[in-house]
Amino acid sequence: MWEKLLYFDRRIIFLLIGAAVLIPFLTQWTLPHGKITATTQSLFDAIEQLPVGTPVMISFDYGPSSMPEVEPMAKALAYHILSRNLRLMAVTLVITGPQMADRAIIPVAKQLGKKYGKDWVNLGFKPGGAVLLTQMGESIKRAYPTDARNNPTIKLPVMTGVENYDDIGLVVDLASSGAPTTWIVYAHDPYRVNMAAGVTAVEAVDYYKFLQTGQLIGLLNGLKGAAEYEFLVGRKGFGKLGMASQSVAHLLIIVLVIIGNIGYFTIERHRSRRR
Amino acid sequence: MPEPSGITEILGIPTDIIGLWVAALLTLAIYSFLYGDNPVYKFAEHLFVGVSAAYGAAIVYHQALVPKLVQPLSAGLIQPLLAGNPAAIVWSKATLLIPGMLGLLIFGRFFRGYQWLSRWPIAFVMGLGAGLSIPRSIQSLILEQMHGTMQPVWPLTGGGFDNLLLIVGVVCTLAYFYFSLPHRGVMRWLSRIGIWFLMIGFGAGFGNTVMARISLLIGRIEFLLYEWLPTIGIHLGGPGIG
Repeated sequence: MWEKLLYFDRRIIFLLIGAAVLIPFLTQWTLPHGKITATTQSLFDAIEQLPVGTPVMISFDYGPSSMPEVEPMAKALAYHILSRNLRLMAVTLVITGPQMADRAIIPVAKQLGKKYGKDWVNLGFKPGGAVLLTQMGESIKRAYPTDARNNPTIKLPVMTGVENYDDIGLVVDLASSGAPTTWIVYAHDPYRVNMAAGVTAVEAVDYYKFLQTGQLIGLLNGLKGAAEYEFLVGRKGFGKLGMASQSVAHLLIIVLVIIGNIGYFTIERHRSRRR
Repeated sequence: MPEPSGITEILGIPTDIIGLWVAALLTLAIYSFLYGDNPVYKFAEHLFVGVSAAYGAAIVYHQALVPKLVQPLSAGLIQPLLAGNPAAIVWSKATLLIPGMLGLLIFGRFFRGYQWLSRWPIAFVMGLGAGLSIPRSIQSLILEQMHGTMQPVWPLTGGGFDNLLLIVGVVCTLAYFYFSLPHRGVMRWLSRIGIWFLMIGFGAGFGNTVMARISLLIGRIEFLLYEWLPTIGIHLGGPGIG
């Protein structure tokens, strides 16, 4: 019996997972909120403490493949920054970043009546990674002579008084790759700019060590981090809705893992008895 | 300042509706792989690779090459040329011309007999990368982490127990990877405890991976339900999110 259960068509598991994700959407079922993770709260608090008008930089280092996890964070963060009348500067180390920045910020800016060039700017993509971050430590306007819309950055009101990292209140790297490490190594440590990160859950495990050392002051972990941040800023978003599906799918996977393990050990015991 | 352009139409159909349909059909094409490998999946996969490469090339050209090289090079070019003084151009634009030429050498790979030329820009990038990264990485990823591990363990109630656990975890995991001594006696126990820490770490990693992969599925289902289905008149009472 166990052998049949362990080796059944895996497409049945795909169907079960699909149903587990779909049903909460169809029933509009949401879960009550638990305790906010300390790493999410610390990022929220850091933004709350910035004086009005302080420039905050978000690095959009993700692409369409990780959008479901990171974009809810980006929207909630953009909402928090712009609603507090802080200046928002979007940069990116990856080629898909400029479009991700526009997708996340434009609806939020429209909702809050914020103007491009005055309240926020998308500086776009520049190659170079470490070299670019080092150059920004000297001069952000020299690293970005134009923004993503080809406007000279020197003429943008949002860039007034912004020379280098000394003028940035906080850098938040939203990433699906190793980009936060690059930011820590080449921006935080040499120039001591405050840094936080929001990453996909796969990547999150790699970044907890930077919280221990103070190299990151906050960390958003996947869709859960996004849902928590949406709750903190009081904005209904995709993160909270997605967490119900996430929880049902997790329960299903836990049950499948338990069944798989019981089956494995039962079969092994039978085999050893036969020997 | 102008924001990205609004809706335009193709054959009377708004481009955003066309975009939604392309995205929805490609999503379904990719998920068809769950049933089994098939030509529709292969088509979507190849299309993705091609579009990604072209998109990358266009972004690099418009957002890096043009503002960083083409525009600064072309600015102030006419006057010295009219004055019959090309040397002045070379001299004033040396900081652009040299990297530009170095970049062009990479295309030597396409010409038989000139492949060796591409080694120069590669050597430059590798040298620069190593020079930048080695000292900075040692500082940020090793020394700072060592500093972060050296935390007070007393009193145990004020975070001291967490610090103790951290130190035990680091020491035992390092012991597991220390192969210059045989894993006998104390080393055996240390490395065994190290394995437990590693297993807990892998478990946390796997849990996070599950959450990430399910999130991607949730994202696609949300797109199909609340963005694509309404274009064919099926409204499921969307979540009303921004």
